Amino acid sequence: MEHLEYEFGPWESAKTGGAGATVIAGVVGSGNLEVLIEHCASNGQMRVSVDTSIAGFAQTWQAVMADFAERQRFGNVQLTINDAGATPAVVSLRLSQAAEQWRLQA
Amino acid sequence: MEAAGVSNATDDGFYEATARQRVAALLDKGSFHEILPPAQRVVSPHLKELDLPVAFDDGIVIGEGRLDGRKVFVAAQEPAFMGGSVGEVHGAKLTGLLDRAARDRPDGVVLLLDTGGVRLHEANAGLIAISEIQRAVFRARAAAVPVIAVSAGSNGCFGGIGIVARCCDYVVMTEEGRLSVSGPEVIESQKGVEEFDARDRALVWRTMGGKHRYLIGEADGLVQDSAARIRAAVLPWLGTPVPLDLDSLTQEHARLALRLEQFGDAQDALEIWSRQGVKAPQDLPGLDHEAFMNIAVPLRNSSHA
Repeated sequence: MEHLEYEFGPWESAKTGGAGATVIAGVVGSGNLEVLIEHCASNGQMRVSVDTSIAGFAQTWQAVMADFAERQRFGNVQLTINDAGATPAVVSLRLSQAAEQWRLQA
Repeated sequence: MEAAGVSNATDDGFYEATARQRVAALLDKGSFHEILPPAQRVVSPHLKELDLPVAFDDGIVIGEGRLDGRKVFVAAQEPAFMGGSVGEVHGAKLTGLLDRAARDRPDGVVLLLDTGGVRLHEANAGLIAISEIQRAVFRARAAAVPVIAVSAGSNGCFGGIGIVARCCDYVVMTEEGRLSVSGPEVIESQKGVEEFDARDRALVWRTMGGKHRYLIGEADGLVQDSAARIRAAVLPWLGTPVPLDLDSLTQEHARLALRLEQFGDAQDALEIWSRQGVKAPQDLPGLDHEAFMNIAVPLRNSSHA
């Protein structure tokens, strides 16, 4: 297992309503992951915390997460990922699904 | 106003759905309140020790909701997380839900089971969890709360949870669902391929699959794989517990003794079906749901009345 942490931003808005809202997308199955999005007080930063079963891909994670952060620009948000060997494409897909749910949270 | 038992969610069935999709499809829209949701991060301490990935919900979603307006508790095992296996936290969530049901007395507890059984990485804790779940099922039943097991998932329902399922008031299956204790691979590895060929899919399904379990009275309902049909099967059982007393146990033992006498020496499910009076047992596995039920329902009514 490898633990990775990133911070992006800052951005002004969490881009969703609901206080205490959380969303989860994906499941921890082989080649898959789950991602949890929550509010956090982080001076506008998007915080990302990844636990991955496959070590040695920190740069790839950095690239995928930076791309996601730049597109979504969620401020004061924490993303936590439990990964069981998802490919970058699957990671992006799950992140997009989570972001879509997050935006829909009233 | 939607008709009883018909969900307005997209209905792709349970076989390949996730635990969360199943819960959403089973319950009245927006009625689910999760207990220990992912954000609480009650994860397996054992998997962390073993340096393996954890899941926020330890592979089981539990909570309260409404089914056609009736208050129900529901648990759904996540098939993709370690085969739906029962670890310490996973088991404790199930036990806690059942104990809460014994206290709060909802109209029923629905267990959406999809598991190979105990999680081998935390085997001792998992095995203890199974016995705790069993006791909790009986505590809920003693409080007159019907416990309903559903096997409609890709892993089937095996190991200790197979035993738990048969401790419940009712079992509903789909043709694709399976219910047993030792799974096909376990039997083959213990007894040899001559005893049971785990790669023979037809053998696996006619021994453990929904049709056979329904025919021999292990499953109380057999439905096509759709959330609406599973929902419709569960509905009439809410608020109607099966008596849990000496009389009902004695009856069940007599039923099992008779079954052993009638079919104990049968070498294959085909032989059992034939003795049950099925005219062309070899055709049963290939029949569609309606054609199968036309044969199975009268047989069941005559043998389990």
